[in-house]
Amino acid sequence: MGVGIEVNKLNAWYGANHTLQDITLHIPANEATALIGPSGCGKSTFVRCLNRMHETNPIAKVTGDVKVGGMDIYSDISAVEVRRRIGMVFQRPNPFPTMSIYDNVASGLRLNGYRNRRVLDEVVERSLTHAALWDEVKHDLKKKSGASLSGGQQQRLCIARALAVDPEVLLMDEPASALDPVSTAKIEDLIFQLKVQYTIVIVTHNMQQAARVAERTGFFLNGKLIEFDSTHKIFTNPSDKRTEDYITGRFG
Amino acid sequence: MILCAISIFAIVALIATELVTHSEISLHKFGWKFFVGSAWNPVTNKFGALPFIYGTIVSSLVALALAVPLAVGVAVFLTEMCPRALRGMLSFVTELLAAIPSVVYGLWAIFVLVPLLRNYVDPVFIKLLGWTGLFTRPDFGIGMFAAGVILAIMILPIISSLTREVMSAVPHTQREAVLALGATRWEMIRMGVLRNARIGIVGSIILGLGRALGETMAVAMVIGSSPTISKSLLAPAATMASVIANEFAEAADDTYRSALIEIGLALFLVTIVVNILARLLVWAVTRGAPARTA
Amino acid sequence: MATTAQLKSSPWNRRWRWFTNHLASVLAVGSTVLVIAPLVAIFADLVYKGASSLNWNFFTKVPAPVGELGGGMANAIVGSAVLLGIASAMGVPVGIAAGIYLAEYGRGTKLSTLVRFTADVLNGVPSIVMGIAAYALIVAPEKSFSAFAGGVALGIMMIPTVARTTEEMLLMVPHSIREAALGLGVPTWRSMLSITLKTALPGVITGCMLAFARVAGETAPLLFTAFGNGFVSTALNQPIEALPLQIYVYALSPYDEWHRLAWAGSLVLIVLIVVSVALVRYVTSRGVLKGAS
Repeated sequence: MGVGIEVNKLNAWYGANHTLQDITLHIPANEATALIGPSGCGKSTFVRCLNRMHETNPIAKVTGDVKVGGMDIYSDISAVEVRRRIGMVFQRPNPFPTMSIYDNVASGLRLNGYRNRRVLDEVVERSLTHAALWDEVKHDLKKKSGASLSGGQQQRLCIARALAVDPEVLLMDEPASALDPVSTAKIEDLIFQLKVQYTIVIVTHNMQQAARVAERTGFFLNGKLIEFDSTHKIFTNPSDKRTEDYITGRFG
Repeated sequence: MILCAISIFAIVALIATELVTHSEISLHKFGWKFFVGSAWNPVTNKFGALPFIYGTIVSSLVALALAVPLAVGVAVFLTEMCPRALRGMLSFVTELLAAIPSVVYGLWAIFVLVPLLRNYVDPVFIKLLGWTGLFTRPDFGIGMFAAGVILAIMILPIISSLTREVMSAVPHTQREAVLALGATRWEMIRMGVLRNARIGIVGSIILGLGRALGETMAVAMVIGSSPTISKSLLAPAATMASVIANEFAEAADDTYRSALIEIGLALFLVTIVVNILARLLVWAVTRGAPARTA
Repeated sequence: MATTAQLKSSPWNRRWRWFTNHLASVLAVGSTVLVIAPLVAIFADLVYKGASSLNWNFFTKVPAPVGELGGGMANAIVGSAVLLGIASAMGVPVGIAAGIYLAEYGRGTKLSTLVRFTADVLNGVPSIVMGIAAYALIVAPEKSFSAFAGGVALGIMMIPTVARTTEEMLLMVPHSIREAALGLGVPTWRSMLSITLKTALPGVITGCMLAFARVAGETAPLLFTAFGNGFVSTALNQPIEALPLQIYVYALSPYDEWHRLAWAGSLVLIVLIVVSVALVRYVTSRGVLKGAS
């Protein structure tokens, strides 16, 4: 099951650039939360702080605390364990090109020492089914490479790969921005089904997408969280003038 | 300009025809047996190149066995772990290693490396691996193993700089994909980088092999110049390139000279094939970006 | 479809992953140290054993007869200069022209890909093979070792290196500069010469220096072309000495005095090489080209 995320006074810097300023919010479990805002507003940096991916950039620095399911991810557990528990799907599909479809999905399990064929088979099938890809690829699981699929299929393969290690939270950084409309619709359907089991945080520059899939929406601007509320409230009756300007297309 | 560009083809063709015409005597006299015969006797005018082919292959394999793990280690350190400030300096250092002339490596090997091997390294190998027959006395320091070690030092920068190039060509998104699954840094390097770059790495290893096969002076100075095949790596031997360097000037007889030129021809053809193979593999990965000619 | 079993890695697995991760870092750092060690050792030895013999005599005297102290490598230094002069006269213009073709005219054509590929392959041909080819081409018909044959062997070796670095440097010139020139209605060849090549000139020159420094240290192609000569000579049809050749002969000799000279000669070669490698790096990385735009 998914768990909630509590962020308290999160600040982030890239070098001298103060990219996130005093972000405090509570993301409830088993819901989809959308983060919107103009590009460069810090929404991508924010989700990367949630699974400590920003640490891969040596000039990044973070203060404040993030609790996932009550556990402080910056002090209680290692970055490796954090990322195992919090899956991430990136903007551009990035399957492993030298691995088969099966091996792509099984890769995370193998890292964790799973060798049993029966367990692997079962998890691979379940993850691909969850990612709504099973029926399309079940006949050439081990024959085709992950890179031979279409863009939309690749992205669902990446989702399956993230689900296979049994995460509690799924972070999606503009997961459909590189895809065609049909594939985008499939990913959105998927988010509806997945939030039954996982907590989902989705970054998007597409406001309709946020309105369609998310219960809650946060609006970022210049490294600050301007407003965070139910999606319905944000899109119909925002309390901040800047949010209103953005969703009505007056800037950004 | 186009003429100058095409002149590069002409040079290759010219080298090939000159080598073929001047090795004609030997080609006619010995035929294919030249490459399987192990007698090398200028006095009776009998020539077989097998000892040199053996020496070339074994010394190159020793060099690869020593150089490949180190070169990949250096490439991993430089691309994935090293602080940026240090990276520039270290890659400068590896470039320098690649630019040191062969004869200087040879000089250093004779006076520093060989005594070091004879006094400290070889005895350890004789003790530990003597039972394999690969390390047996007598040990003069010079010989196949010394040649392999100096070759390893010489081809290391080539392999590591090309490996670095293909590793850098792996997209950043692949590294992120592995990390996001909860991988350690080493797992990220293994699955996200080395696995994706493996074709290019094989290419750079083959390119290093090409260099090792043809390397002349340093090898000629420490291998001991003996046209014999011995099991012990500590015994003196000779390679295709070293025998040409050591004997060509004194080869007065036409057949003798022609036999040496035929060895050169064989070396030319083999290195061309090896280089073509290696370049194709590296290009397949870096997609034709101008590769640094190491 | 609830998850049946919570994914849980065994403590043993976690310890193993922690261990391999750290082991890999240690090995990577270790191999880097191991690779740098010989370089440091070579430089230390060269300076330690060579610097003391670098004096006025080294550059002005020819080798002393065996058993006598003193003497220098004047014959080798003059010889190397002559050989490198011939090599550069041949390799630099041809190499630069080929490089210009690759970067400017033949870009994207099949022919240029093939030329580039052949240049890389030619670069991998062992230098001893170049020596035999030059022997077969010039020494054998003339029946005499000569400076000319040695120079040709070295010149051929310079061509691929010069061509590829020239190409690399020209490609670093921003496209906007070319377009600006062409936009003024300047013909291609003029914009090439006066704009692109001029911008890339520092890079092209240092590239030539690097090729120069590389062949300056080549021994194998000279063994049976230039052959060696105990006296100062500048005649192109006569055998001639070269620095690396003499280092080779002296290194294998039994005399301490000659060993000393071999170290000193090597130090001279290395200084030449370090300077050119450093210059190339400076030009390519410090953005001298970018500064020019």
